[in-house]
This record gives sequence, C-alpha cells and structure tokens, in this order.
Amino acid sequence: MEWVDEGIVLSARPHGETAAIAEVFTRAHGRHLGLVHGGRSRKLRPVLQIGNHVEVGWKGRMPEDLGSMTVELRRGFAAEAMARASDLAALTSVSTLAHLLPEHDPHPGLYEISLFVLSFLEEAEVWPALMVRWELALLDELGFGLDLSTCAATGTSENLIYVSPKSGRAVSAAAGEPYSDRLLHLPAFLIGKTNGPVTPTDVTAGFKLTGHFLKTRVLDPRDQIMPDARQRMVALVCASG
Amino acid sequence: MSRKAAGPEIERLIQILARLPGLGSRSARKAALSLIKRRNDLLLPLTEALNVAAERIVTCDLCGNIDTISPCTICEDERRDRSMIVVVEDVGDLWALERAGVVNARYHVLGGQLSPLDGIGPDQLNIPRLIERARPPEVVEVLLALNATVEGQSTAHYLREQLAPSGVKVSVLQQGVPVGGELDYLDEGTLAAAIKARRSL
Repeated sequence: MEWVDEGIVLSARPHGETAAIAEVFTRAHGRHLGLVHGGRSRKLRPVLQIGNHVEVGWKGRMPEDLGSMTVELRRGFAAEAMARASDLAALTSVSTLAHLLPEHDPHPGLYEISLFVLSFLEEAEVWPALMVRWELALLDELGFGLDLSTCAATGTSENLIYVSPKSGRAVSAAAGEPYSDRLLHLPAFLIGKTNGPVTPTDVTAGFKLTGHFLKTRVLDPRDQIMPDARQRMVALVCASG
Repeated sequence: MSRKAAGPEIERLIQILARLPGLGSRSARKAALSLIKRRNDLLLPLTEALNVAAERIVTCDLCGNIDTISPCTICEDERRDRSMIVVVEDVGDLWALERAGVVNARYHVLGGQLSPLDGIGPDQLNIPRLIERARPPEVVEVLLALNATVEGQSTAHYLREQLAPSGVKVSVLQQGVPVGGELDYLDEGTLAAAIKARRSL
C-alpha cells in the first residue's frame, strides 16, 4: 500500500550510513515512521529537521510495516526558529509532546493547530498563548480534555476563574473561594473572556494548568517525566515575561 | 547453507572490519585480503599501530579531545590563542576545523549535543568543565562551533545562558550560502538564514 500526505517532522534517526528513520506527524495518517533512503545526505538532512513541514510519501507492504518514506520540504520551521532560544524550545516541545500520540492514529484537528503554532514562532508575543491552547488540544486528543465551559459546582458559566486539579472542570470565583489555594488558576483567554492582550501572567497560569494535567493524566501513568524541552520552553517564556 | 571460505580467525577479522564505517561485508573481505597479502608492509604495521593506539590514547582532561597525552597537544601548544575557546560537538568537528586551519585557538569537545528525544541532557555532556575553563581574564571569547541543526542550536542557546554569568563574549558560526554553492540548489532553510544574515558590501 502507499499514500501521500503532509506532515511535521518529529524526529529523524540515522540508519546505516546513508538512510534515516523519520517519524512524521501526518494529517491523515497520524504519527508515522518510515525509512528515508538518503536521509543523511546533504540534500535531505536540512529537510528532516525537527518541526519542518513536509510533503510525505509512504510505501509499504502492510500498514504496520516500517515502509519507505519520501519527504519534500514545504516550510522550514526549524531554520526559522533557530535564532531564538524560546522559539526553538517551543518547536522542540511540540515535536516531543506529539510523541505522546498513538501511532497511525489521525488527529487532523491537532495537526492543524500544530501548524498554526509553528507558523507563529517568530512572533514571541503571540505563540506562548497559542502553545497553551495547543497543549489543551493535545490533552483533548489524548482523551483528557478539560471542561472549561461551566462551573463544576454551580453550573454557572459566569466568572469562571479556577479549574479543579482533580476533575479538570472549571470552577467559579464564588464556589472556589474556600478552596482557592488548592485550585488551579484559569486564565481568561482560555475561555474567550478577555478584552486586552494575553498577559505573561495568564500564559504562565495556562502552562501551569496544562502542565498539571499533562503530568498527572498522561505522563505519570506512563511512567514518563515532563520533557526537558517543555520545561525549558516554560522557563524561557516565564523569564521573558 | 552458506559455506565458509576461510578459517575462523580470518572470518573474525572480516567481521570486525565490516563494522567500520564505510565498509560493508564485501569491502571488508577485500580489505582483509589486502592485509593478508601484504603481511609485512601493511598487516604487521597496522597491528602495531592499533596496539599502540589502544594502549596510549586518552581523553584530554582539559578539553575532551583525544590524544596520547593529557593535557592534549592542542591544549599544551603555547602558540595558540589562549583567549579563545572553540566549542565543538565531537572530535570529528575539531579535526575538521584543524584541517581547515582557520582558527588558532584551543578547543572544548562537548561529546554530544542536547537531544530530548534521545534523553541526552546537560548532565551527559562535558559542560561543567567548559564553565570552569571559560573565565576572564584568560578567556575572552567562546565560539560555539556547533551544527546548524535543531539539536545543535538548542545546545548553543543553552551554553550561551550558562556562560552568561562569566562575562565572556559568546559567538556562534554564521549560517548561509556555502562557498561554491549555487542558490538554485540550496534548501529553503539555508536561503532564509542567508537572507537574514545579509551584510552590506
């Protein structure tokens, strides 16, 4: 069987002296591996950089085979991000966290958001908030989406400023007041209730929120730790704020 | 059933040679045959050279280079500019810069680059020794001669942050059009980097 798709390069490991095993997050075929002949050549090494948007061709006898893969560059996000440490950390964070997705399982929605985030990496004021949304989308795709529409205690959709660390549901200011020290802060931009620009404080709160659920619901059960790239990205964003 | 054409000693020689980069099993057989045929002028000197290398090669305590002495020949060379340290990922990169003869400084070999996917973090690299070495007034500049890859540049940014408190100047290699490169054949990333790094004539 064979298919043609588009994707984002997640990793490329040397295989033998000339080939590489590439892992690509494709739009219609999910996270997919393939052997790229000549993947270590001067021509293909720049294409197979983490985070690059590529055109992918895959051919194999069975869907679960490694198969052979061809790649062609659509947009070199890696080269665009190399100048700034935080941009590069965000690009690496997207690529690393996307490994949490199951193989061969399409997530076209998350794929679109990923491309969107990567296309804004050069705009340092914009991408951190997008990245928080991307992590929320990742949680959603992994089956651990947060319910931020109504208060878990009262059902109201007004004045939601907390999230329960246990249920992942929003909590209103009034209902959460007695437990405010144990609740996570819900930044207004995540529920579309902000008039001005997203502040660094909001972004920090957003990363704390998504970080908590990534850790407790996704990484801990798999006996994994938060990727260095994600920790570094958050540290750089918080430091610049 | 595969039939063996030579005894186990020769087969073992071929197997070991086949593990070298650039050699497949067929090339390894050719190399082995050549060594055996030229016993006196190739096989025995090679054996001796390999023995000496295995016994005497050490990693330089200062910079991480490989040599038969520690500190290595480069670190001990008084003619080199001691105010600059060139940081490279691997000894192969150091050799490449020495071949080019474009820099007359001392080096620091990291022994890898940061790679979250492979689980290589700062603790696995020769970074603490670099921080110790890169101190003014003896060292004025640290040149990060690392690969123009996501991992290489992530490592460069990390090192820049780690070196910032020391007050040394930190520089990186320029990216752009290679000598002899034709624009038509360059990848988009290189072109974008070259445009960004343009300079006035």
